[in-house]
Amino acid sequence: MTGTAFALRGVGYRIGTAAILDDVTLDIAYGRVLALVGPNGAGKSSLLGVLTGDARPSTGAVTLDGRPLGQWSARELARTRAVLLQANHVAFSFTAADVVEMGRAPWIGTDLADADEQLIADAMARADVAHLGRRAYPSLSGGEKARVSLARVLAQDTRIVMLDEPTAALDLRHQEDVLRIARDLAAEGRAVVVVLHDLSLAAAYADAVAIIAGGRLVALGEPADVLTEERIADVYGTPVRVLADPDTGRPVVLPRRGSPLPRG
Amino acid sequence: MTAPAPASGPVPTAPSISPRARNAPTPNLTPDHLAASRAGTSPRRRTLVYGITAALLVVGVIVSAGAGQLPIGPAEVVGSLLRAVGIPNAWAPTEPLIEQTLWQIRFPRVVMSLLVGALLAVAGAVMQAVFANPLAEPGVVGVSSGAAVGAALAITLGLTMFGGWTTAAFAFVGGLAATLVVYATARANGRTEAVTLILTGIAVNAFTGAALALLMFAGDTASREQIVFWQLGSMNGSRWPEVATVAVVGAIAAGITIGLARQFDLLALGDRTAAHLGVRVERLRVFAIVLVALLTGVAVAFVGIIAFVGLVVPHVMRMLLGPANRALLIASLLGGGAVLVYADLLARTVIPSADLPIGILTSLVGGPFFYWLLRRNRRKAGGWG
Repeated sequence: MTGTAFALRGVGYRIGTAAILDDVTLDIAYGRVLALVGPNGAGKSSLLGVLTGDARPSTGAVTLDGRPLGQWSARELARTRAVLLQANHVAFSFTAADVVEMGRAPWIGTDLADADEQLIADAMARADVAHLGRRAYPSLSGGEKARVSLARVLAQDTRIVMLDEPTAALDLRHQEDVLRIARDLAAEGRAVVVVLHDLSLAAAYADAVAIIAGGRLVALGEPADVLTEERIADVYGTPVRVLADPDTGRPVVLPRRGSPLPRG
Repeated sequence: MTAPAPASGPVPTAPSISPRARNAPTPNLTPDHLAASRAGTSPRRRTLVYGITAALLVVGVIVSAGAGQLPIGPAEVVGSLLRAVGIPNAWAPTEPLIEQTLWQIRFPRVVMSLLVGALLAVAGAVMQAVFANPLAEPGVVGVSSGAAVGAALAITLGLTMFGGWTTAAFAFVGGLAATLVVYATARANGRTEAVTLILTGIAVNAFTGAALALLMFAGDTASREQIVFWQLGSMNGSRWPEVATVAVVGAIAAGITIGLARQFDLLALGDRTAAHLGVRVERLRVFAIVLVALLTGVAVAFVGIIAFVGLVVPHVMRMLLGPANRALLIASLLGGGAVLVYADLLARTVIPSADLPIGILTSLVGGPFFYWLLRRNRRKAGGWG
């Protein structure tokens, strides 16, 4: 699938008098990974909330596949986009496999439900949680919970996948795994939106990076064009050095730490 | 449940986990393997639990119907039941007195116990699903006492606007009001913290306690007695028309809740994620709350407050079957029925020639259980909440 999934035009979102998002105009394409980056409280999660339909924009318009987002039913949306939130608390001792199976809920009663078992097994293998299937979800570590929840999102098998800080609780290898999965999903023609804090990770895997700061879209484009030393220093308020990865040539962002740290 | 150390944690020195097992390649899971690891899909275990619970229920009904001042043997009870459904048999009692005792006193009472237990257990399970909290229960959070206030209001004021249904209707409204208060107070940011829920229950129970006391103060002796009966809970004097009312309302409400079971499962993921999976969370929740009020209200209207059934039964069933709501609701329906049939049998026989209010019994058992659950919940969560 190619073309535009989401089109945002002048989107603003306010809570009371506080402007959380202001005049965001952005297209999100199928077949690409878009990384949303920016400082804490910049409005990344709110932007994701607008895209998922959880938050209604105060101003501007959001369309999905050319149709206003507000006209989509909950069921239709559930078959179109899957969302991984930051917090993935599960009440009661459902097993990891149960939780992944819940990702198939939107497809109950459709022809596609026949593929449930295979999709669940594939999603669990892909997120490296096949060995956790019988474990009670609440007994898993933070990183394992995050991966099981990712498997749930993969099992939902939607053409749009949104991940809010999917790497926060993960070790180095699994961080890379998750973004490789994101790349693969995009290669299959899906639109992938991922909120990230690690700029180097975003630069290494995203087709496009959007920097959000103070509720506004500060920059949007290819990682090498967007992630410049001046812009990052300006947005985050701390000096950085941007190097080229010797293997891939993609930007690697390092904070400048000045004089060596005192020994202790 | 003791879980092995998380794979991402430090390598344990304990000999119980062999390094080879830890480094073993990821098992190639086939769909069949997967099916076995899901709570909702272990048909053999499920059938076993349903079967045992149903058998206990049937035995309970036969024993309970036979017990009393006029003892009636199990064969006679079964014989009478078989004859009633049109199967002539040699066991059926020939004495009209036995037949009368069974059909006019014992059976209505036993069936009422069964129904009320089933409905309260289902109401508890639904409430736990809706609040995503195993401590939610109609009695604990004050829904039952809200329903009792509604019923007491109808009694004291002598209201008859809906005929024989007036008391039940008021019980439903009272229960609904209490549930809505709990819902509005105890939920914050899409979650219900255990401590908020319990505190809300204390507040609601304090208020309804005062309201009941006021109604007793204002009422005459007859209504006072009747209100005391609500508070203690008793199956005494159950009659067929009342049983029929509970059966009809209960069957409809229970059927609907079992139909919604899959959506209740998704609520365990939290409101936003459930919504992302296509559940219309607010609508489902309000609908479920009305169902809980209906189930509790109809049970309370005729037999009074019977606490903790909705807490204990779903909890035990969850330990046996896992948390998937479809199996849980069906098992709770059977288990709740069985528990109250035995509780009522005990209430009638534990003190010779006295009819102990059944609510006292369930609270005697349920109170300590609730305490244990609280402790366990706190330990597991590492604190309140």
